[in-house]
Amino acid sequence: MTGPAADKIAAGGFDGIDPPDTEIYLDCVHCGFCLPTCPTYLVLGNEMDNPRGRIYLTRAISEGRSKITDRFVEHMNLCLLCRACETACPSGVKFGFLMEAARGQIERNYQYPPAEKRFRDHVLRTFTDLDRLETLTGLLRLYQQSGLQSLVRASGVLSLFGRLGKMEALLPPIPDQRLRKELPEVLPARGQKRGRVGFLAGCVQRFFLPQVNLATAHALAENGFEVVTPKEQGCCGSLLVHEGEREHAKAFARRTIDAFERAGVDFIVVNAAGCGSVMKEYWELLHSDPVYRTRAEAFSKKVRDTSELFAQTPVNGRLRELPLKVTYHDACHLAHGQKVRQQPRNLLKAIPGLQLVELAESDFCCGSAGVYNVFHPEVAQKFLDRKIDRIKETGAEVVVSANPGCTFQIERGLKDRGLGVRVVHPMELLDWSYRGAMPPGLQRI
Amino acid sequence: MIRETRGFPSPFTPFKEVPPGNAKAAENPMLKDKARIVRELEKIIGPNGVICEEDELRVYDTDGLTIFKAMPDVVVLPSSAEQVAEVVKVCHRETIPFVARGSGTGLSGGALPLEGGVLIGLNRVNRILEVDYENKRAVVEPGVINVWLTNAIAPRGYYYAPDPASQIACSIGGNVAENSGGVRTPKYGVTTNHILGLEIVLPDGEVVELGGKTLDTPGYDLVGVFVGSEGTFGIATKVIARIMKKPEAVKTLMAVFENLEDASNAVSGIVAAGIVPVSLEMMDNNAIQAVEKGVGAGYPLDAGAVLVVEVDGPRAEVEALVHPITEVCKKNRVREVRVAKDDAERLLLWKGRKAAFAAMGQISPDYYVQDAVIPRTKLPQIMAYISELSKKYGLRVANVFHAGDGNLHPLILYDSRNEGELHKAEEMGSEIMKACIGMGGSITGEHGVGREKREYMPLMYTEDDLEAMKNVKRVFNPDGVLNPGKIFPTGAKDVKAGPLGQRGIVEKVLGHS
Repeated sequence: MTGPAADKIAAGGFDGIDPPDTEIYLDCVHCGFCLPTCPTYLVLGNEMDNPRGRIYLTRAISEGRSKITDRFVEHMNLCLLCRACETACPSGVKFGFLMEAARGQIERNYQYPPAEKRFRDHVLRTFTDLDRLETLTGLLRLYQQSGLQSLVRASGVLSLFGRLGKMEALLPPIPDQRLRKELPEVLPARGQKRGRVGFLAGCVQRFFLPQVNLATAHALAENGFEVVTPKEQGCCGSLLVHEGEREHAKAFARRTIDAFERAGVDFIVVNAAGCGSVMKEYWELLHSDPVYRTRAEAFSKKVRDTSELFAQTPVNGRLRELPLKVTYHDACHLAHGQKVRQQPRNLLKAIPGLQLVELAESDFCCGSAGVYNVFHPEVAQKFLDRKIDRIKETGAEVVVSANPGCTFQIERGLKDRGLGVRVVHPMELLDWSYRGAMPPGLQRI
Repeated sequence: MIRETRGFPSPFTPFKEVPPGNAKAAENPMLKDKARIVRELEKIIGPNGVICEEDELRVYDTDGLTIFKAMPDVVVLPSSAEQVAEVVKVCHRETIPFVARGSGTGLSGGALPLEGGVLIGLNRVNRILEVDYENKRAVVEPGVINVWLTNAIAPRGYYYAPDPASQIACSIGGNVAENSGGVRTPKYGVTTNHILGLEIVLPDGEVVELGGKTLDTPGYDLVGVFVGSEGTFGIATKVIARIMKKPEAVKTLMAVFENLEDASNAVSGIVAAGIVPVSLEMMDNNAIQAVEKGVGAGYPLDAGAVLVVEVDGPRAEVEALVHPITEVCKKNRVREVRVAKDDAERLLLWKGRKAAFAAMGQISPDYYVQDAVIPRTKLPQIMAYISELSKKYGLRVANVFHAGDGNLHPLILYDSRNEGELHKAEEMGSEIMKACIGMGGSITGEHGVGREKREYMPLMYTEDDLEAMKNVKRVFNPDGVLNPGKIFPTGAKDVKAGPLGQRGIVEKVLGHS
């Protein structure tokens, strides 16, 4: 992780732009402690589909003993990037950085079959472009509200559309987009002011879960934070980093840094684990950018998951009873990516009347993993089934998830099994507790 | 290719990779018929369990000891005992050498495959088949991860006692093959003390049962013969293991010393006092540095040595033992004795100890671990000697070991990027090993001989001794097709005369070609 990319020369089968860091290979002592924590290893049972094997394969290319082959790409893309292996690794191997760099190499140097390439591009553009999302959510809302969706689903015509048909099945209910527009650019603090925070509205969160953003902003304001949601912010680039589109992601990262620097805030608050994780690591993404390098470092230091902000300061009073039995799902990019585990639990425990039951394997990936469930629906389903089994065991009526991808994935899994369990964000619970009710307008369909 | 090192051959031969298609590969009996054999294996397992392309096979070219590498021709990943037996039958019929592998965490190259051979990975054969709490036994498949068994029975207050430091990753099948120890050996013994019966696939594919569900079965103790045979007698496909009721009380103490000598004397003192602790584990400062960086177990960074002592049993007994242990430590100039106040603190102390090898990446790019055993009373002398050697060779050593049973694990830290450092590490390792034998100890306590220490066997055994062992091996594995090239020193004539020798495989195994 040293020196600008331009200084680096091609290493073995990789090019010189952000090649996988060879120091990371040396940290790995091949002990295998990561194996039983790797979801893909547990499901697929191959050494190529566990962190130790993936490091080994990548190293062979770096050292010129192998090339980027179809099978290499397959095993690298099957990784969820959940980073459970980083939690397990006593030697501190930064597997996430290695995988992100390797995927960057794949993206540039591997020729996907044309249809695959088009599909990948389409998915990645759609979820990272706010204008596209705006149009799409409008159309999808119409599709769902008009009753057309029920008709299409019943007709069986979706099976003719291959992967797009399968994507339709992943489609969550699209909320009323008027909610999205209720979030003001500046929401003043209530009571004694504790600080001014910049809020990342996100892409998916903004369009598909506007009620979570509203709840977050209100809960922050209630706790004395002035909440600034800069208009010029776009996608943070998290999805693109994970999928290896690093150059594109870097442009998004620079735009995000610009937007929040101008806002002049104490912290940048994120309520989506995947986004927060990548924003905390902008310093790595932009390490070879002479202009943004130090700015990225300063920016990353200011990023907080919402639950962390509440951990630093006690939750302000006036919380009302919320008689719910809930269980907490650790989003991978919160638990493994940001090492945030206790703070959201403490927050939930602060809500009177709320009963928190622990979820077995709470930090085992649910299979959403960004767009993993779109690219690998069959494998993702296996992780989801396991997650739903564990949720069922708790007897909870609400699952708490602090990442939109997990929320949709788990919601769908619960619905498919006919379980009447709801999935909510911790900030929604906090907001409801302040209001003393679950406002019908905020309830999901 | 074997180099002479101080009077006996080095076990380290350079890594040779043989890409398919070259002249040498063409001589390979397996490769000639590879397509046909792969088809037959796929018929047994299905296409998802047979790996035969180089860009995937390479991940199987080594186990936990990465100084040895050899790429197998085919890796087979069966999902059931029946599939294992079918695969073995094919290998036997075609005289293809084959090796079994669990999680690939072994530290003696025991699961190192063979170029031109088949590797059978057992990680998918991983069900817990039966737990009989009343009679305290469980039947498991070989790919079950050691700690999974304990996790599965813990809600009912039971556990599986043998707990190698790698228990979160290593498989019970591998534990049986290597007769693994762990940190509970002073009181509870090693794997063999906890295995009641086995179902094994012999090297010709025949499935036989050894032992049974009771504590002892009439006739020879064939389970005892099999456990620790390092994958050379057969492949265990079912393991009947003893499970134990959790004791009423457990106490874990951390004793902090200024130096290894005081800590070593305290170990001898505790044992001499007639105390039988569950565990008596020691770590030196280098090990503490790595562990604290990696796990943060709460060991003082400035300590010369830390001793982790655990006692268990009825509450009154456990409480009563804390005092005499503390007294012995005090007599040996202990700086601090800390008794873990709750389970969380206790588990953290153990997490640190058990992650010690795995955390070495924090302080060194590579390590080479020794597994020598010495009589416990010689601990201070051997520690002083190792520290002398460390200065002489200019290589750091991290000591992490089972002090209670005199099983040392000096981790020699080196950097393979520096020319000659691996060679120095290997020489230093052999000096440590020889010193241990000189003190009345042995070359391996629990990691096995495997590929790594086969050349050291003559230091401990005469030709006749080794011949007697080979005779036992011939009973199970007469053709030598299963896990060849392990345990016994190279140049063994009988191996050359066997079916593998006739097919030119022996040279490959011995590293002469």
